Amino acid sequence: MDRKTSVLEDIFKTHRWQDDVDVRDFIFRNMTPYLGDAGFLVGPTESTQALWKRCQELLKQERAHGGVLDIDTHTISTITSHAPGYIDRAQEKIVGLQTDAPLKRAIKPFGGWRVAAEACKQAGYEIDPAVVEMCRKYRKTHNDGVFDAYTSEHKMLRKSGIITGLPDNYARGRIIGDYRRLALYGADRLIEAKKADRRRLTGTMTEDVIRLREEIAEQIKALEMVKEMAASYDFDVSRPAQNAREAIQWTYFAYLAAVKEQDGAAMSLGNVSSFFDVFIEHELAEGSLSEVEAQELIDHFVMKLRLVRHLRMEEYNQLFAGDPTWVTEAIGGMWSNGTTKVTKTSFRFLQTLYNLGPAPEPNLTVLWHPNLPEGFKRFCAKVSIDTSSLQYENDALMSAAGACDDFCIACCVSMMETGKEMQFFGARCNLAKTLLLALNEGRDELTGELIVPDIAPLPEGPLNYDEVRSRFEKCVAFVAEAYVNTMNVIHYMHDKYYYERAMLAFMDSEIKRNMAFGIAGLSVTADSLSAIKHAKVTPVRNEQGLTTDFHIEGDYPKFGNDDERVDSIAVDLVQRFNAELGKHVIYRKATPTLSVLTITSNVVYGKKTGATPDGRKLGEPFAPGANPMHGRDTSGAIASLNSVAKLNYFDARDGISNTFSIVPKSLGQTEDDRVDNMTALLDGYFTKQAHHLNVNVFDRDTLLRAMDHPEEYPQLTIRVSGYAVNFTRLSRQHQQEVVARTFHTNL
Amino acid sequence: MLRVHSIETFGANEGPGIRLVVFLQGCPLQCLYCHNPDTQPCDPAMGRLYSNEQILELLEKERPYFIRKGGLTVSGGEPTLQTPGLLELFPLVRERGFHAAIDTNGVIYNPQVNALYDMTDLIILDVKHIDDTWHRKLTGGTNHGVLRNAEYREKSGKPMWLRYVLVPGWTDQLEFLEQWAQHFAGYTTVERVEILPYHTLGVHKYAALGRPYGLEGVAQPSRHRIEQARRIFAAHLPNVIVA
Repeated sequence: MDRKTSVLEDIFKTHRWQDDVDVRDFIFRNMTPYLGDAGFLVGPTESTQALWKRCQELLKQERAHGGVLDIDTHTISTITSHAPGYIDRAQEKIVGLQTDAPLKRAIKPFGGWRVAAEACKQAGYEIDPAVVEMCRKYRKTHNDGVFDAYTSEHKMLRKSGIITGLPDNYARGRIIGDYRRLALYGADRLIEAKKADRRRLTGTMTEDVIRLREEIAEQIKALEMVKEMAASYDFDVSRPAQNAREAIQWTYFAYLAAVKEQDGAAMSLGNVSSFFDVFIEHELAEGSLSEVEAQELIDHFVMKLRLVRHLRMEEYNQLFAGDPTWVTEAIGGMWSNGTTKVTKTSFRFLQTLYNLGPAPEPNLTVLWHPNLPEGFKRFCAKVSIDTSSLQYENDALMSAAGACDDFCIACCVSMMETGKEMQFFGARCNLAKTLLLALNEGRDELTGELIVPDIAPLPEGPLNYDEVRSRFEKCVAFVAEAYVNTMNVIHYMHDKYYYERAMLAFMDSEIKRNMAFGIAGLSVTADSLSAIKHAKVTPVRNEQGLTTDFHIEGDYPKFGNDDERVDSIAVDLVQRFNAELGKHVIYRKATPTLSVLTITSNVVYGKKTGATPDGRKLGEPFAPGANPMHGRDTSGAIASLNSVAKLNYFDARDGISNTFSIVPKSLGQTEDDRVDNMTALLDGYFTKQAHHLNVNVFDRDTLLRAMDHPEEYPQLTIRVSGYAVNFTRLSRQHQQEVVARTFHTNL
Repeated sequence: MLRVHSIETFGANEGPGIRLVVFLQGCPLQCLYCHNPDTQPCDPAMGRLYSNEQILELLEKERPYFIRKGGLTVSGGEPTLQTPGLLELFPLVRERGFHAAIDTNGVIYNPQVNALYDMTDLIILDVKHIDDTWHRKLTGGTNHGVLRNAEYREKSGKPMWLRYVLVPGWTDQLEFLEQWAQHFAGYTTVERVEILPYHTLGVHKYAALGRPYGLEGVAQPSRHRIEQARRIFAAHLPNVIVA
């Protein structure tokens, strides 16, 4: 093919990126690191303000409608299914919506038609019966496939709540296309590359080869459809983008294709800011773009990301509260040669939180490194203090673990090499409930149903640590194996019935895969074991012999106080669970990874879990992610952070989420002090080899006021567990759980 | 050995940067507004003993958070009541490269305290009133030692922060604010002056201790009064901050 397809090649430093699809090489060779402060940033333009005002009106209507503004109940969403949609065409610098109108949701039944139908019903709509008929009679969906293959054991684990959040009736998500590729190469060149990959797949037709040939063919179709969709907006994305506006527009079209076809739990964006910056810098230097125009492009792009919607069921919202979409964008970090990836556009992305006000989406994630430019660090700290909308992840740790420096974050906290790695995501194991299995002869503590066979009864009287531990290890081994098997079924069927062609079209054909498992209730379980070990814990049992409560005599060390006696138990729990996963056969030879992350499901998990030996009562929420239990981290913020930092990231490569809430005054007396101390806090925490931190800076009173007067806080954003939500969109129960969390104060 | 009331691993208002704050048990004063009255008694049955090694271990755990600034602040109670213990601890702390500060009311003045000042990187001195009669009324003790300590620090040429709690009707008299500011106007070692507006967050502790609260009915200072005090201080002193 003609390699000279782009003016880019005359402008930018040429190298490997021209010969192969290699966006990293392009950015690395052409970007301008920015070492200054935030002084250059500008406010919103008039058209930005007008557009955002219109969006806010729509968002208000959406809230007034109970969370869903409108649904197209007839059209199955594909890349090209809907006519172009606009907010206000004349004002929009970046265009494109999932359907023909903003916030109108589309049906995507291939994950499971029942969910699509039920979600419509719950929102007061009825799905077109023709869609249901088609799925029942002619086009099987992922959900049906999974249940055709599930064993009774898989169903039992699911029902009991030992494993919750399995993507067996909705899309798995967590795959991130390298959407920058469309801008850098144009669709035609990407199609050529895919065709070349496919041509090489010949010889013995094993299942693997056949499948991959079919998948690449699907990817090529998706790329053709992206061209068609862009053409409906009057853009020709067959060729590379020629300027900053096109680079952003092309990248957005690629992402839009993904969120039109898939409603995965998390649909991350990637790491686009410094890629855009190459184009912006060039035009700024050339004089064809001003700072105001540059910021406007980013503001308009981010506005679009804030409007991404999927159609969800109520049960889903209970697990993942606040209608999140996880449009996660990773910002900052360092190249492997030690120079920074921070550009002015990294700042511009953060500036959207001022220009448009705080918001949960896109899920802005700073890749923190002690060597980040000081000006950037301070701006991040300031934005966190002002908006509570950022999360931070350890750049050096992830770079080392993944042996790469161009990576992004799937969903909340999970590192993926951009365009080269995907994951099979699914669910979490309720570790606290697993401990209760060990105390109840393998039976569910609430129903008495036998789940793990051959667990010997415990002697009467106070619990003996070693006797509990040995039973617990057996239960963990059993549950981990069943979890792996369940996930294998799910992802086999997802590949078969709801393959993500629109995302994988922007990734390498030969791809690294990991399978992401999770645990919930780490701190409850560690504290429970600590109580059994260091205090005297006697179970109270009902007539069936099931534990209903625990008598605790004496005190015990609690996770979150930098106390080795219990922290070591938590570290060990993670290590052991991860080791169990590694013992089993994994679908498509994926590498198993583990997360300590609950999202907001810590509330639901708690609801389904009986009283635990740490003194937690039946139904009480767990702490989120890897957090210490509410109010038990009493030695100050650093001790709390240090406990979580001890969990070994290499045992939990899918991420260790910690959500930190602090009262503004406790950060220092002046704004300068607060910024200094926040910066030092992040430096210290990540130097301790910690993985992730959500930062919330506000008073508990603010939340209490917002609970009573939600209309006054339409944009109050808080970080929950790997993502952010509009506080007022949480259920009362979730709100109460957030209010109950430890707010670090030192006054 | 130190008799410790409590420890805060993330102090952000007790000196530069992130501080490990060790609150010692016992204070010679009984300030009417004290918001930690439980730290006042010098009762050997109260608090917990910490060895130097234990404090150093806590500091080591926080070392990465002290990269640019930050370190140890000993507060109270009144730290100089336990000067012998600090004279043993501080050389070890500084030997390991940690910044050491004390947050003191300055009432105890003697050669031992002089020696402690000499080995302390930062003195945070709370000069509660410039007028001795009012100082006695407010705290139960004279301010002579406080002013001598300030003078000693100034002569040593080492850094000091000054603190002032602004209590309506007690410490916000304009003439005394002016006098306070003028007293320190010539000092070259004062890096920062903090005005701490009186708050009532600690009042419930008095009820819990079964003690009457001496400032019953005193409101928090108005924004106007705070700004007035700030202006008076700022006319004479550098880096005046309202906490």
